[in-house]
Amino acid sequence: MSRAPRASGYFRTSYAQDLALVGTRLERTSLGVFILALLAFPFAASAFQLDLACQVFLACVGALSLMLLTGYAGQISLGHAGLMAAGAFTVGILFRETNAPFWITLPCAALVGALLGIIFGLPSLRLRGLYLAVSTLALHFVVIYLGGEYESRRGFSTGIVIDPPTLGGFAITDGRIWYFILLAAAATTLLLCVNLLRARSGRAWRAIRAHETVAEALGISIAGYKLLAFVISSAITAVAGALFAYYRGFVSVEAFSLFLTIQYLAMVIIGGMGSLLGALLGATFVTLFPYIIETGLLALPGAQRYASLLFAVNYAGFGFVMILFLIFEPLGLVGIWHRIQSYFLLWPFKHRSASGSR
Amino acid sequence: MQLIVNIIVLSAIYALLACGYVLIYRVSRVLNMAHGEIAMLGAYMLFTSASLFVGNPLTAIAVAVVMSLTIGVLVYVLLMRKMTGEMVLAAILTTIAIGILLRGLIVLIWSAAQQRPLEALGFSNPSIELIGGARISACAALMVIMTAVVYGGLFAFLRFGRWGVRMRAAGQNPLLAAQRGVNLNAIYALAWALSSLSGSIAGMLIALDSGLDQTMVVIGLKAFAPALVGGLDSLIGALLGSLIVAAAEVLAIHYIDPLLSDVVPFLVLIAMLIVRPWGLFGTREELDRV
Repeated sequence: MSRAPRASGYFRTSYAQDLALVGTRLERTSLGVFILALLAFPFAASAFQLDLACQVFLACVGALSLMLLTGYAGQISLGHAGLMAAGAFTVGILFRETNAPFWITLPCAALVGALLGIIFGLPSLRLRGLYLAVSTLALHFVVIYLGGEYESRRGFSTGIVIDPPTLGGFAITDGRIWYFILLAAAATTLLLCVNLLRARSGRAWRAIRAHETVAEALGISIAGYKLLAFVISSAITAVAGALFAYYRGFVSVEAFSLFLTIQYLAMVIIGGMGSLLGALLGATFVTLFPYIIETGLLALPGAQRYASLLFAVNYAGFGFVMILFLIFEPLGLVGIWHRIQSYFLLWPFKHRSASGSR
Repeated sequence: MQLIVNIIVLSAIYALLACGYVLIYRVSRVLNMAHGEIAMLGAYMLFTSASLFVGNPLTAIAVAVVMSLTIGVLVYVLLMRKMTGEMVLAAILTTIAIGILLRGLIVLIWSAAQQRPLEALGFSNPSIELIGGARISACAALMVIMTAVVYGGLFAFLRFGRWGVRMRAAGQNPLLAAQRGVNLNAIYALAWALSSLSGSIAGMLIALDSGLDQTMVVIGLKAFAPALVGGLDSLIGALLGSLIVAAAEVLAIHYIDPLLSDVVPFLVLIAMLIVRPWGLFGTREELDRV
C-alpha cells in the first residue's frame, strides 16, 4: 500500500493534529475549492452531465464498499452485483407489495444487505482466496435467480417500475436534487469508510489482509472482523443498489449481470488497491470510460458506420484497459498520482534518500 | 431413458470444459475465468476456417485445432506470464479481463448474430435412436466420444509422457522442478495450449450441435462448478464432478423448474464448498506457516 507522499517539515505535535482528517493549510484550501466546485457544478452543467455525475457518485458508493472489503480486509468478492441487486429488489418488492416510502425501504435494504453479508461472509471463515471468490460468485447467481423468479412469478417480466420517492408530498424527480442526494450519499460513505479504517476495525482488517495467522496470534478475532467487513460492505452496497433503483425508477435483473461485478472490481483495481482515493478515482474512470470511447469513436470519420459496433468496442476497450493496468500499473491511478506528487516534492532530485525517509 | 442420455451428454460437455480449468489450475494455481470465452473463440475459429476451406472439412478442422493451440500459447506468453507471482486476485482479474476483451473482439469480428458452423462445414446432424427409445444427435454422440478420447489421452499423457511427467512435477513443486531442469515457461505454455484445445473442442462441438453465439460463455462459467466439485487439481474429480452436476441439473430441470438450469450448478458448488472445500478428489491446501 502506498501512502500519500508529503513534503518534509510537517510534524504532528498534538493528538488533535493526529486525529484531524485534513492537516495542512494547502490540503484545507484545496479541499474547500473542490467542495465548492462540486456544489456549483449542477448549476453550470447540462442534464446529460448531471446524469453522468450522478452515475459517478453511485459508482463511488459501490466502489468504496468493495474497497473496504477487498482492498483493506483482503477478502475477494465476486458477488458485488448480487448484493446491489438485493438492495434494488428490496426496494422494488417493498414498494410494489406494501407501497412503503423510501425512509422505510432504504433501511430495509441496508438490513437485507447486512444479512446477505453474513451469508456471503460465512464461506470466508473456511475458504480463502480463490475458493472464496468462487463461493461469492455462486451466491451472486443465487440472488439473481431469486430476483428473476420474483419478476416472473409476479408478472413483471420486463422489470419492476418504481415511482420516484416523495418527501412531504413532493416527488423528487429533478436532476439537481438527485445530484445533491447522491453527492451526500457518496460523501457520507467516504467519511464512514475513512473513520472505520483509522479505528480498531481498520487496523484489524489490515492485519488480516497482511497475514491471517499473525493477526490471530495478535489477538484479533479473525471470524468476527471478517464477518464485520462483509456485513458493513454488503450493507453499503445494498444501499447503493437501492439508490440506483430509485434513481433509475426501474429494477430488473438484467442490470445486475456479472459484468457489473467486473466493473466494480475494475474500479478497485484501476483506482489502486488499498486506497479510498483509488476507489473514487477508479469509479470516476470506469463510469466515464464508455462515454469517452463513444465520443472518441463518433469523432472519427464515417461515424455512423461504427455506431452499431459501439457496444463491442466498449467491451474490448474495457478489457484492454484493465489488462494494461494489471500488467503495467498494479498500483493503479493512485500510484500514478503519488508518483506525480513525489516528482514535484523531490524536485530537482529523482529519488528519495535511502535512509531516514518513509 | 432420455433423461440418462441427457445427463451423459451434458456431463460430457461439462467434463470437456472442466478439464481445461483443471489443467491450468493444477500446473500454475491460476483459475482461468476466460475459459468460456476461449472455448467460444475456438468455435469461431472453426466457423472461419470452415468458410475458408469450403468442401474440405478435414483441413478446416485441422486448421481450427492448430489455431486454438496457438491461442492458448499466446494468452500465456503475452499476458499470463507477466502475472506470475502476483496476488490471486490480480491473476483472476487478468483472466476476467482477457475474457471481456475476447468477447468484445469476437462481436467486432464475427458480429453478435448466431452462426451455424455445421452448415459451413457441410455436415448434417442426424438424430440417432438408441435402445429404449431415447434419441441422441450425432454431434452429441461425438461429444461423448471426444470426451472419452480427450480424457484417455490426458491420463496417458500425464502418466507416461515425458512432458506429462514434467507437468505434474511443475504442479507439485515448481521450485524443485525448475532446479531439476524443467523449463517452467514451456510447461505453463503447454498447459495453456492443452486447456485451450480441450475447451475449443468442447466449444466446436457445442457450436456444431446447437449453433454458435454469445451464450456459450454461460456454459463456460457453469462448467467450473464441476471442476470445483471434483477438486480443482484432479482430472478424475472433474469427470465425476461433471456427472454429479449434470445429473443435478437435468433432474432439476425435468422435475422442478426449467429456470433453475443456470443456478443448480452453483447450488451444488456451494454445498460442496461448505462440506468439503477442496472437492471430492482435490488435495487440501497446505496450512500456512509463520
